[in-house]
Amino acid sequence: MTAMIELRDAEKTFTMHLQGGVELPVVRGVSFQVGAGECVVLSGPSGAGKSSILKMIYGNYRCDAGHIGIHHHGVKVDLATAEPRQVLKLRRDTIGYVSQFLRAVPRVAAIDVVAEPLIANGAARPFAREQAAWLLRCLNIPQRLWTLPPSTFSGGEQQRVNIARGFISELPILLLDEPTASLDAVNRAVVVDLIDEKKRAGVAMLAIVHDDEIRAAIADRVVDVTTFAASA
Amino acid sequence: MIQHESADASDPLLVADTLCKNYGRIAACRDISFSLYRGEVLAIVGESGSGKTTLLQLLSAQLAPSAGRVSYRMRDGIMRDLASLGEAERRFLFRTDWGYVHQDPAMGLRMAVSAGANVGERLMAVGWNNYRDIRNTACSWLERVEIDVDRIDDAPRTYSGGMRQRLQLARNLVTEPRLVFMDEPTGGLDVSVQARLLDLLRNLVNQLQLAAIVVTHDLAVARLLSHRIMVMKGGRVIESGLTDQVLDDPREPYTQLLVSSILPV
Amino acid sequence: MNTPAYNFAYLDEQTKRMIRRAILKAIAIPGYQVPFASREMPMPYGWGTGGVQVTAAILGPSDVLKVIDQGSDDTTNAISIRKFFEKTAGIATTTVTVDASVIQTRHRIPEAPLREGQVLVYQVPIPEPLRFLEPRETETRRMHALAEYGLMHVKLYEDIARFGQIATAYAYPVRVNARYVMDPSPTPKFDNPKMDHCPALQLFGAGREKRIYAIPPFTSVVSLDFEDHPFARYRFDAPCALCGAEDSYLDEIVTDDHGGRMFVCSDTGYCESRQRLGHRGTEPAAPHRESANDPA
Repeated sequence: MTAMIELRDAEKTFTMHLQGGVELPVVRGVSFQVGAGECVVLSGPSGAGKSSILKMIYGNYRCDAGHIGIHHHGVKVDLATAEPRQVLKLRRDTIGYVSQFLRAVPRVAAIDVVAEPLIANGAARPFAREQAAWLLRCLNIPQRLWTLPPSTFSGGEQQRVNIARGFISELPILLLDEPTASLDAVNRAVVVDLIDEKKRAGVAMLAIVHDDEIRAAIADRVVDVTTFAASA
Repeated sequence: MIQHESADASDPLLVADTLCKNYGRIAACRDISFSLYRGEVLAIVGESGSGKTTLLQLLSAQLAPSAGRVSYRMRDGIMRDLASLGEAERRFLFRTDWGYVHQDPAMGLRMAVSAGANVGERLMAVGWNNYRDIRNTACSWLERVEIDVDRIDDAPRTYSGGMRQRLQLARNLVTEPRLVFMDEPTGGLDVSVQARLLDLLRNLVNQLQLAAIVVTHDLAVARLLSHRIMVMKGGRVIESGLTDQVLDDPREPYTQLLVSSILPV
Repeated sequence: MNTPAYNFAYLDEQTKRMIRRAILKAIAIPGYQVPFASREMPMPYGWGTGGVQVTAAILGPSDVLKVIDQGSDDTTNAISIRKFFEKTAGIATTTVTVDASVIQTRHRIPEAPLREGQVLVYQVPIPEPLRFLEPRETETRRMHALAEYGLMHVKLYEDIARFGQIATAYAYPVRVNARYVMDPSPTPKFDNPKMDHCPALQLFGAGREKRIYAIPPFTSVVSLDFEDHPFARYRFDAPCALCGAEDSYLDEIVTDDHGGRMFVCSDTGYCESRQRLGHRGTEPAAPHRESANDPA
C-alpha cells in the first residue's frame, strides 16, 4: 500500500523570543506512515504535540528537522523543505485540513464558505453550492442558516460548517483535528459515516480524537505521540 | 492574437533581485529578493518606517533602485528588466497590465469626472472608440464591485469612502491586469466597510487569477488576502513564507512581537 | 504732432527672427505647441497679442491684410488691429477674403474657401486642449510626447453621458496629421472641416501662454469623436436674413425687446460679397449694424 504520508525523524521546537529566548522542544524523532484508505489516530495527553504534528504536515507549522513525505501526483514531495508555492499546490491538490475551530471570514454565507474549496479549484459555482448544500444537510445545518455568515452560529454549528468545508473536495489526504469535539451524538455519528465514506474512497486520513468511542469507530491504527516526546 | 502563457504559470511573473534603495546614508530598502507567480497574493507587512511603501514603489517602477533590479514577464512571455523599459512602455504597462490601488482613493481617481468615465478611461487610452461599448463595460464593472449602476454618471466626489475605493478597483481592473499593487487598500475605511472591501478583493483575486502585492500594517488583512507574506523591519525582510505559517509559527523575534501585539476582539 | 517712427510691423527684426524660427518649427511638427518668447505688445493679454506677433513676423510690404473678429471686419478689435498694421507697416488692407494674402482672425474661419499662398493667423487664448482636464503642465507635455490622448475621449464621453451628445460647440479638439491633438482656438465646430486639407497655411499664436503652432497646407485634420457618435457640424437651420446664404455660419441678432431676432452671416465680408452679387434674404439690413465701408 502506498504511503500517502511518511514522516521520518521530524522535529519541532518553539523558541519564545518574547520570554527571553526560552526553547520549548515539542517533538522529535517523529516517524510513522499513513496509507491510502486508512485512518490513523494520534493519541496522547494534552500538550504532547498531536496538533503540532498535524499542523506540520499541513505546512501550517514549520518542521525544524527531518522529513515529511507527501505523495503528490504520483511523486513523493518533502514538505519540510518545500517552497511556499509548492506547499500551496499540495494544499490545493492533495492535503485537506479540518481545523479545530472555524476561522470565520466576515460576510461570507455558510454555503459559500463550504463551496469555496471547489470553486477555488475551478468548479462552477452552482455545482459547488449543490455539493455544499448536500453536506450541510447531512450535517443537520438547517437551510435557513445557509445564507448567513457562520460567525453568528453556535460552536457546534460552526464546527459542522468547518467539517463540510473540509470534506467537500476529493483530496487524497485529510487531516482532522478533533472533528467531533463540539458535536452531539447524532452529528458525531454523521461525521463517522463521512469518514467511513472517505476511507472507502481511498483517502488517507490522520486524525486527533479524544473520545474513546469515536476513536474505536474510525481508527485503523493508533500512534502514541508520547513516544516522540522531546527530552526535556 | 498572442497566445497567453497557459503553460508558463510555472514561470515567475515578477522577480526582485537584491533590491536596494538608499537616500543618502539612509538605507530605505536592503537586499530584497523574491519571485512572484501568477495568481499569488504577497503581503508586505511592517510598521511605519519599515520600508514597505518604498519597496512597493520600487517594484512598480515608480522609483529607481540604487542597486539590484526588478524584472517583469511581459504578455509576450519575455522577462524584462523594468529599468530598461522606455517611459512610454512603462506608462503603457502601468495602464494596462498593472493596477495600482492607492490608500486614498482620491489619488487614484479623477474626482471631478463621472464614475463611468473613470472606469472607461483606460479603455479609451488603449483605443476603444465606441461609446456604447465603453459605457456597457463600465456598467458591468460597477456591478462587479457592487456599486449601484444608477450612479455611473455621478462623480466620485459624491461617493462615500468605501464606494470610492471600490471604484478605484474597477478603474484598475477594467483592462484585466495580471499584477495589482495595493497600498493599504483598507486603510482609513470603517471596519464594516473594510470587511466588504476585503471580501470583494478576495473574490476578484480568485476569479481573475490576479497576482497582487499588498502593503499593509494590518496582519488580519494579510491573513485574509495573501498566500505569502514578507515581514519588513528597518528596510530588510526579516521573515517570509506562507502567510498562515509566518503568522501561526513566527520564528523571528520581531515577527513574534508583531503577532502577539494584535489586540483581541 | 510727433509721429513715432516704427520698425516695419512694430516688432524689431531680432524678435521677428525668433518668431519665424518658432513658426518654422511649428510647421515642421504640425499641431505641436512650440514655446516662444512672447513680447510685450501695445495691447493687453487677451486682446490678440499672439496673433498680432505672428502676423507682424510674416508681413512683407506687398502683403494685403484682412482682420476679422468673430467673422466681422467691423468690430472694435478688428478695426484696431487693422489700423495698427496700417500705421506700423503701411501695407494694404481689405475686407474681401479672396483679395487678402494674410488673414488674422479671432474665433472664425472665413466662409470663402482659402487658396494656396494665403496665410490664416488665428488668435488663441488657451492653446492646451487638455488643460481643463489635466491642470499640470508637466503631465500634459508628457501626454503629447507619448501621444496619450485617452483623456481627450474622456471629455467627449462625459458630454455624451451628460447631454446625450458631444456638447462641445467650439474649440472642438482635432487630431493633426494623425499625431498631435490640438485646440483649433475657440472657432465653432462648424468651421472644423475647413481646416482639413486646407490649401492655405494656418498659424496659431497664443501671446499670454507663449505658444505658436501650425498646420501646413494640405494636412489632415480630423475632429475627435466616437464611432457611434460621429462628429457633426452644427448650424442654425435658417438662411441668412440679409443675403440668403444657406451654408454659412450664422449669428443670432436680437432685434427688439419682444423676442424678435434674425439670423445673419457671421462672416460679414462673405455676406456683403453675396449682396453685391445680387443675393438677397428677407431683411434689407441688420439693425444697428454698420458696414465696414461706412466712414469711421
